[in-house]
Formats: sequence, structure tokens, C-alpha cells
Amino acid sequence: MLTIALKMLFRDRAKYAMLVCGLAFCSLLMCQQSSVFCGLMMWTTATVRNIGAPVWVVDAKVEQANEVIPMRQIEVERVRSVDGVAWAVPLYIGIEQARLSDGSFQNVQLTGLDTGTLTGRPMEMTAGRIEDLRLPNAVVVDQVAVEKFRRKGIAIQLGTSFEINDKEARVVGICHVSRSFLGQPYIYTTYDRALEYAKPSRKQLSYVLAGPLPGVSDAELAARIGRLPGLRAIAKDDLFWLTVWWYIKNTGIPISFGTVVLLGIIVGIAIAGQTFYLFVHDNLRYLAALKAMGARMPTLATMVLLQAFSVGFIGYGIGVGLAAWFGNVVLAKEQPPFFMPWQVPAFVAAVIIFICSFSSLIGLAKVARLEPAVVFR
Amino acid sequence: MNEAPHRTAVRVENVVKSFAAGDSRTFALKGATLEARFGELLMIVGPSGCGKTTLLSIICGTLNCDEGAVTVFDHDLRAMKDGAITRFRCKNIGFIFQQFNLIPTLTAVENASVPLVLNGIRGPEAERRAGEILAEVGIGEKRESYPNQLSGGQQQRVAISRALVHEPRLIICDEPTASLDAATGQKTMELLKSSALHPDRCVIVVSHDNRIYHFADRIAEMEDGRVTGVFDDPKKYHPVL
Repeated sequence: MLTIALKMLFRDRAKYAMLVCGLAFCSLLMCQQSSVFCGLMMWTTATVRNIGAPVWVVDAKVEQANEVIPMRQIEVERVRSVDGVAWAVPLYIGIEQARLSDGSFQNVQLTGLDTGTLTGRPMEMTAGRIEDLRLPNAVVVDQVAVEKFRRKGIAIQLGTSFEINDKEARVVGICHVSRSFLGQPYIYTTYDRALEYAKPSRKQLSYVLAGPLPGVSDAELAARIGRLPGLRAIAKDDLFWLTVWWYIKNTGIPISFGTVVLLGIIVGIAIAGQTFYLFVHDNLRYLAALKAMGARMPTLATMVLLQAFSVGFIGYGIGVGLAAWFGNVVLAKEQPPFFMPWQVPAFVAAVIIFICSFSSLIGLAKVARLEPAVVFR
Repeated sequence: MNEAPHRTAVRVENVVKSFAAGDSRTFALKGATLEARFGELLMIVGPSGCGKTTLLSIICGTLNCDEGAVTVFDHDLRAMKDGAITRFRCKNIGFIFQQFNLIPTLTAVENASVPLVLNGIRGPEAERRAGEILAEVGIGEKRESYPNQLSGGQQQRVAISRALVHEPRLIICDEPTASLDAATGQKTMELLKSSALHPDRCVIVVSHDNRIYHFADRIAEMEDGRVTGVFDDPKKYHPVL
């Protein structure tokens, strides 16, 4: 009977197409929007992931990774004094203005790495060597800088010079790192030189990066450092989620994306539920005939469920496939943001299962109430 | 010369059936009694609303009666549970409906194979056997056609094939000629009589089409929820209009 159920579904082309399209559109909308949302959240944590240090030490009032409250230089030594710290280095991060050779400006995110160890260096160099940062006026730029400068008519290559706050910066390397939330290019240099580029102020230390001794976990080390007055220490993973949740709670981003996802669910329920109801309703007379001929309720219920979940499975596959295709296309351009963790297709699958179950229940309620004697009327 | 004794296939005794109608109840059957025999085509006739279809529904177990006894092949339907009645119906009864009730998205052979599939025969074997029956009723070449590609008469032949394919012992026909023109109705009844009748099978036809009464072996006349008479010679039956 299951084959018959599938033939009844697939050969009713208009309703079948409507059901699959509705569920595919619903899946696409939810999957694509959720993935763009996740991508956006990943952008907010780009600094944490690009630097990759186990423990981040910040001012006690800092709430997330992109918030910088400058600290005194002495904090590096205080952190080093904590039991369990294997190493601790300073990190400068600030928004500065780069002036290009044609006189135009570009805001950049200047990242000053510890001069001795270059801790937090970019993982992927596409040109040049990171060690060359120790050369005079040397900077390493990311792929976003290359792209943004190219749009302004300047081709960045090794040896290209520009100015940061009226001081010369010479490109000695090009790297590929995760894009920042605000889309500003990352410019890497040494910590000491970053302080020279930055506008002078009394406190200039953005973060202290620390690593634990063997046998000490990141969380444990963060807890020990956190006992120092005026400082807050956060393990990398905790800082990642702290930042994500900060953006979720303090911006309208989740509401905006959540509304679209909700619309997807409503559209799915409305289109799929209604069309499937019509499909069952149109077949009610034949289901009654089957019931009269000896089909038992579990058989009919299995047929209806199979029909609902078949269109659900196909629609889900098409929708998630289209979302993945969209993701592949945009990932090549790195915008809009797109990140599809396994939880996204799992969430969409759960919603589709709910929609199919809901649609089936409506249909099954009618089938259950069906008197086989109706075929004689 | 002695006649062979009649074997009873269906026995209905003093059956009462009522339906709720607002605060009151409407009695569709008021003590109907009837016997159908193996090897005969019994036609139940009577005016609209006399309870023919209700009686048919009770005989095939799609409706329960309030009072009385219903025995089909020595099985007391009132003593059987719903699941058992459904299984019994699946195995022993073939249906021919007024509106054919062929599933529009299945081909003729797929429609005809449905009772076999319901009885656990796998698809290819069921379709092979359904194809043979379709050929027997003269529409073997239409086996891959969908119902909307068939004429009314052809659709009724598919319905007859579907009723016969699993070799049931009881065939229930509800107004089998009501949706057909006169000539096609006559042909359908000829086909039904020639292909369905069998010494070990009983065919019960409900109809108020007096042009097909002569196909019956016996006629049971109903009026106002009761069987008012059974006529052994249909040619001598003249309905009171």
C-alpha cells in the first residue's frame, strides 16, 4: 500500500509540486537566513578566532571581545605573576585611519602583536613572511585590505606603502584571516610599532594574552587571573560565546533574522498544511473506498504519513541544497556572511518534521473520522 | 426431480438501524429480514430512502446495526470486533460502487490490483493477476490507462475487475448502472452476471433501475425500512410505483 500511497502523491502533480515548492521555499528561507545569522555572529568573533590565544585578559568592565577599554602596561607583568601562567604578552587593537597614496582614507583595525613572539599572528600568509614585521615600518595586511584598496584604485603588493596617522606603513606580507564584523581591514604590525601608529593616550594596552602551564586548563587559568583586582580573564571559548550572546542580547540582529525564520515557518505551515489538507480531502472518497475494501486505520495512517514525510524530505533536501549552493557562491566573495553549522540543517529538519506532522495530523483526523459506509452515499 | 438444497451465504434477521437527527432518531431499518444464497444474484430494490444502502452497508460490515442478527458465511458480524470485520471484509467481499471510486492517480491495472495488495500480495504479482482479470472483462488493452482516459462503461469494468480480483465469496454492488447510459448499463450487468456468478459466490445488487431487474435470480423488495417481499421469478416482478 505504501507504493500506492506514493503513486497517489507523485501523480497528483499540481499538489505535489505545490507541496514540494512550499516546503523547499520554507527550508531555504530558514536555512539561508539562519546561516547568514550564524555567519554574522562568526564575524563578531573574528578577532578572537584570528588571534587564537587561550586566555584573554581585559579590563574588568569589558563585556565582549570587540569592546576595548585600554589598560596600563603594568597589567602584563601582573598577569605573568599569577601561578599557572606559562606566558603572557600584550596585544594592541584599535581602529585607525590609513591614508592611501591618492589621499583617500580607509579605516583599518590595527593589530599590534608582541614583538618578540608575534603571538596571535595570522595563520595563513598568502604573500611575504610574518617575521618581516620586525623590519622598519612593516605591516601585514589582510585580504579585505587588498580588496578595499583595489576598489580605490590601489593595487596592494609587497612593498606598497601607505600612511597610518601620518606615519609610513610598508606592506611586507598579505594574509588571509576571518573578516571582522564591521568589515574593516586587519593591519598587523608589532606591538611597539602599533603604539607609535596609535594616537597617544595614557593607557594603550588593549588585551593581555596568556597561556597556561601544562596541567592547568584555560578556564582554571582564567579564574586565577580573574582574581586580580580590576582585571577580567576569559578563556577563548567563553569569550567567543560571551561575544555572540552580547550581540544577540544587545542588538536587533536576532529579531530581524528571527522574524524572517518565523515567516518561513508560517509560510511552510500555511502552504504545506493547507495543500496537504486539500490533498487528503480530495482523496477522502478513495481512502473511504480503501477502508471499505479492507484497509485498516494503521495502513491508511501510514499512507498519509508517508505522503507527508516524502514531500517534507524532498522539499527539505531542495531547500537546504539551495541554501548550501547560495553559501558556496557567497563564501567565494566572503559576503554576505554565511556559516552553516550542523545545528542549522538539524533545526530546519525539526521544523519540517513539525510541519509534516501537523499536516499529517490534520489529514489523519479526517481519515480517522471517515466512515467506510460513506462510499455508498 | 428434487432441487438442490440452497446454501445460505448471508442471513439478516430483524435488523434495526437508526441515525440521530437532531434530538430525535430516524429509523432507516425497522426489522429487515433477508437471506442471500450462494450462486445467485440477489437484487434489492425499492424507492429512494427505503433503506437499501443501509442494509447493504450492514451486510458488508461497514455499518453496525442496533438490533437483530447479521450472519455472513456463518460469521456473526455483531460478535466480531472492528479489526476482525475489516480483515473479513478484505478477504471475502468485493465492492462495486455507484461512482466507481477508482483512484484517479492509479492506472486501471493498479486500481484493479488494490484488493490483492490489501491482502498482502506483492505489487508485481498483484498487477499480473489484475491484468488477467482486466483481459477477461475485455479491457486488457486499457490496463495502463488512467480512469479519466476511460469511458464510464470501461471504468465500471475496471471496478468489476477490482471486485473480482481477489476471488471474494460475496460481491456487493451499489447502484452499478446508475452512472451509466442504458446500453452500457445492460452490458455491465451482462458482464457482471457472466463473470461474477459462481456456485460458491453470492452477488447482491442494490438498484432502483428497473431496466436491469431481469438480470436478478431473485428480487427482494424493500419499503420503509423493511423487506416487504422476495420474488423468485424477476420476470413476474412488477414494482408498485
